[in-house]
Amino acid sequence: MNSSYTRRALKIIVVLSSSMTATLAQAVDSLSPTNIFAPASTPADTIFGLSIFVLAVTAAIFVIVFSLLLYAVVRFRKRADDDGREPPQVYGSNQVELAWTVIPILIVVALFMATARVIASFQRAEQPPNAVEVIAIGHQFWWEYRYPALHVVTANELHVPVSDPAHPTPTFIKLLSADTDHSFWIPRLAGKTDLIPNRMNHTWIDPHETGIYVGQCAQYCGTQHAKMLLRVYVQSRDEFDRWIQEQSQVSHTGDTASEGQHIFETTACINCHAISGTVADGRFGPDLSHLMSRDTIAAGAAPNTPENLRRWIRNPEAIKPGSRMPAMELSDRELDAVTAYLTTLR
Amino acid sequence: MSTESIALPRPREASRPLVDSLHDWVTTVDHKRLGVLYILFALFFLVVGGIEATIMRIQLIRPQNDFVSPQVFNRMFTMHGTTMIFFVAMPVMFGFANYLVPLMIGARDMAFPRLNAFSFWLSALGGILLYFSLVGANGLYGAGNAPDVGWFAYAPLTSQTFSRGHSTDFWTLAVLVSGFGSIGTAINILTTILCMRCPGMKLGKMPLFAWLNLVMAALVLIAIGPLTAAQIMLSLDRYLGAHFFDTQAGGSAVIWMHFFWIFGHPEVYILVIPAFAFVSEIIPVFSRKAMFGYPIMVAATVAIGFLSTAVWAHHMFTVGLSSNANTFFVLSTMAIGVPTGIKIFNWLATMWGGKIHFQTPMLFCIAFLFQFLIAGLTGIMLSAAPFDWQLGNSYFVVAHFHYVIVGGILFALFGAFYYWFPKMTGKMYSEPLGKLHFWFFVLGFHLTFDFMHIPGLLGMPRRIYTYELGRGWDTWNLIVTIGVFFQALSILIFIGNLLWHCFRGEAAGSDPWDAWTLEWTTSSPPPAYNFAATPTVRSRRPLWDLKHPDDPDWKYE
Repeated sequence: MNSSYTRRALKIIVVLSSSMTATLAQAVDSLSPTNIFAPASTPADTIFGLSIFVLAVTAAIFVIVFSLLLYAVVRFRKRADDDGREPPQVYGSNQVELAWTVIPILIVVALFMATARVIASFQRAEQPPNAVEVIAIGHQFWWEYRYPALHVVTANELHVPVSDPAHPTPTFIKLLSADTDHSFWIPRLAGKTDLIPNRMNHTWIDPHETGIYVGQCAQYCGTQHAKMLLRVYVQSRDEFDRWIQEQSQVSHTGDTASEGQHIFETTACINCHAISGTVADGRFGPDLSHLMSRDTIAAGAAPNTPENLRRWIRNPEAIKPGSRMPAMELSDRELDAVTAYLTTLR
Repeated sequence: MSTESIALPRPREASRPLVDSLHDWVTTVDHKRLGVLYILFALFFLVVGGIEATIMRIQLIRPQNDFVSPQVFNRMFTMHGTTMIFFVAMPVMFGFANYLVPLMIGARDMAFPRLNAFSFWLSALGGILLYFSLVGANGLYGAGNAPDVGWFAYAPLTSQTFSRGHSTDFWTLAVLVSGFGSIGTAINILTTILCMRCPGMKLGKMPLFAWLNLVMAALVLIAIGPLTAAQIMLSLDRYLGAHFFDTQAGGSAVIWMHFFWIFGHPEVYILVIPAFAFVSEIIPVFSRKAMFGYPIMVAATVAIGFLSTAVWAHHMFTVGLSSNANTFFVLSTMAIGVPTGIKIFNWLATMWGGKIHFQTPMLFCIAFLFQFLIAGLTGIMLSAAPFDWQLGNSYFVVAHFHYVIVGGILFALFGAFYYWFPKMTGKMYSEPLGKLHFWFFVLGFHLTFDFMHIPGLLGMPRRIYTYELGRGWDTWNLIVTIGVFFQALSILIFIGNLLWHCFRGEAAGSDPWDAWTLEWTTSSPPPAYNFAATPTVRSRRPLWDLKHPDDPDWKYE
């Protein structure tokens, strides 16, 4: 009889604790889309493992030292019935000093070994032949992505295939900067790596689940550092291939140029922007060839709707003060025409 | 040991015109007056830097707030960081060192009184230059105003291409000029401690305060050089066509980071070691026990000094150094935890078995121990490079170093203010107001900086003037901002308490804490000559020997 109670109690505890763990995990996941404790890719996951180990060790140290402090403060406080005599003077103890030197050294050695392994596992990872290669270039204040083997150029919204842990198809990213320092950080996929002008850095991700992962520039890069947002679209292999297929099309197919296209090509727009199949081949701003395939404009500062596009072209300062795009002083009619033209770029 | 003073004919203060006594302050070469000047200068900038922080926190109180523009926000964090490090933390530490080192080692002044005054006025000029940028930095393009490149001013954001006008030049000059002042003071402190100790005070018999300031001064000498060199190179880049950091012409942005952090990391210890010095004086006195493990404390401090010069690249774990370099800096950084841990344990052991008096200075020191422990542990998390790839440059880092600088250094500093206020002014502060300050500050500090860790863990980078909805950062930022107001209130109580009692306080007497170091043998405030006769010491606690002739320290040391 006793044992059945015990078993039932155990069962309840197991169910409770597993459901609590699940709830806790869910709660942690739902805290933020950029939570570092909700990893979805190998680099973020190995960091997560290391961080749990480091947190456990530091928490243990905290509990011990804090208890000692609390005990000392309570136990050795001056009492109301104090006799006014000085306590016994103790000047030190070599044994005790040795103990609290050696034990921390051992802790440091353990932490160091665990850390060194994770550094090597990330930084020395070999690029497998089936990896997708991307070059990410940081600009004030947007991201340029180039897929050199796939002949695709896009901006701000990175598309990568999902990576099945059994047959990984990771994405290896070369990081460059066109102007100042930036940092590429999607917390659920990997730790951050800086983009530094005149230098090439590397990072890689292998997201295990499809979905949209967000992040943002993590190195102060100038006025609009705050609105240099990152979006990564993790797609099934088929969807990704289809996306690549669409992006490598020449975007302009019409024979006759619309009024908007004419204005676009005769204004300073083409100094900075490129649209494949047209004379526009500027490189300072985002490639607009497939603008309407993106969900956001201005590096995530606003949703990509015709109204926002028009507002953005009319006065970029209104959406993103300090952005490098100048207002072209277009008339309302011209604005409508350019917006209409841009919305045809799919 | 001499406690009597020489009767000098003193001009009565009240009968002298104000302009005369101001003139005395401006032309003074007395280490105590210069110490007070340093401290007042730092307090002024503490308020200025605090206002800048408050502006930033109001802007971040909710997502997509528009209290200030991005340009203003970027200037605020640049000015806040530069001000707090170069024009609050360093001067206030120099102020206390200036005031206390000669008194503690039984000297009549610093080794070089005129250099002392020169150094202070250089630092002051630096502060003025920095803030003059607000009116003077509008260059050709009208792009100026206060500097907006961040307090570590990473290249190439500081190049002419990205930073037009003269705001960056004012920043460079301010840091450069105050750096010269710091070097002067460091030389002065080193020389004073090495050459001007009273008879009997061998190095091993110095108060820990003197030892720690010796290490601090040595670190200043080591660290300021690279910073000064980097500022000169930056100016050459900007005006004489050099290309040290000009990435558009083959320069290196990473070299600037190396230069800056070779200064920047020892700088942390330049600030925290004097804080350790305060704590090492206050905890023994208020626990009524001798410092536990004095020689080990000295050794740990020297070890921290050396190690602190070999850890700088842990600020650069995300810049893509080789895995070997990253691994080395993980080890050196973690290693610094060992001597730091030893120090915490020794302070605990000093309290152990004592009779702890909970006056305001001790309260601040106990809070220091608690908060510095946490700051050290979050430091260990950041030292694990891969963890830093997530945490680096996020609000977690901001929370961590404010835990060090506010929770550690500023708490110890408040302790020092209350502890030495009676000596410096001859008056006693109000203990209830001191405790009120303490509890408000503890509350505000923990509201702000405990909760600031969380948005960092949730992916919020630092230095953003606004953030998106739906990132889960809103509530945390709201709490963080609320804490700021409690901190501001407590600072007002602090200033009010000290200011009021400076004029209206009760006389404190020469030794209100029943303490043991030499500064408490002379009157409060000490006369210009400090000691009527040069004291002679036989142990680390000369006043203990004096008060307990039956059981003096020198029998055991």
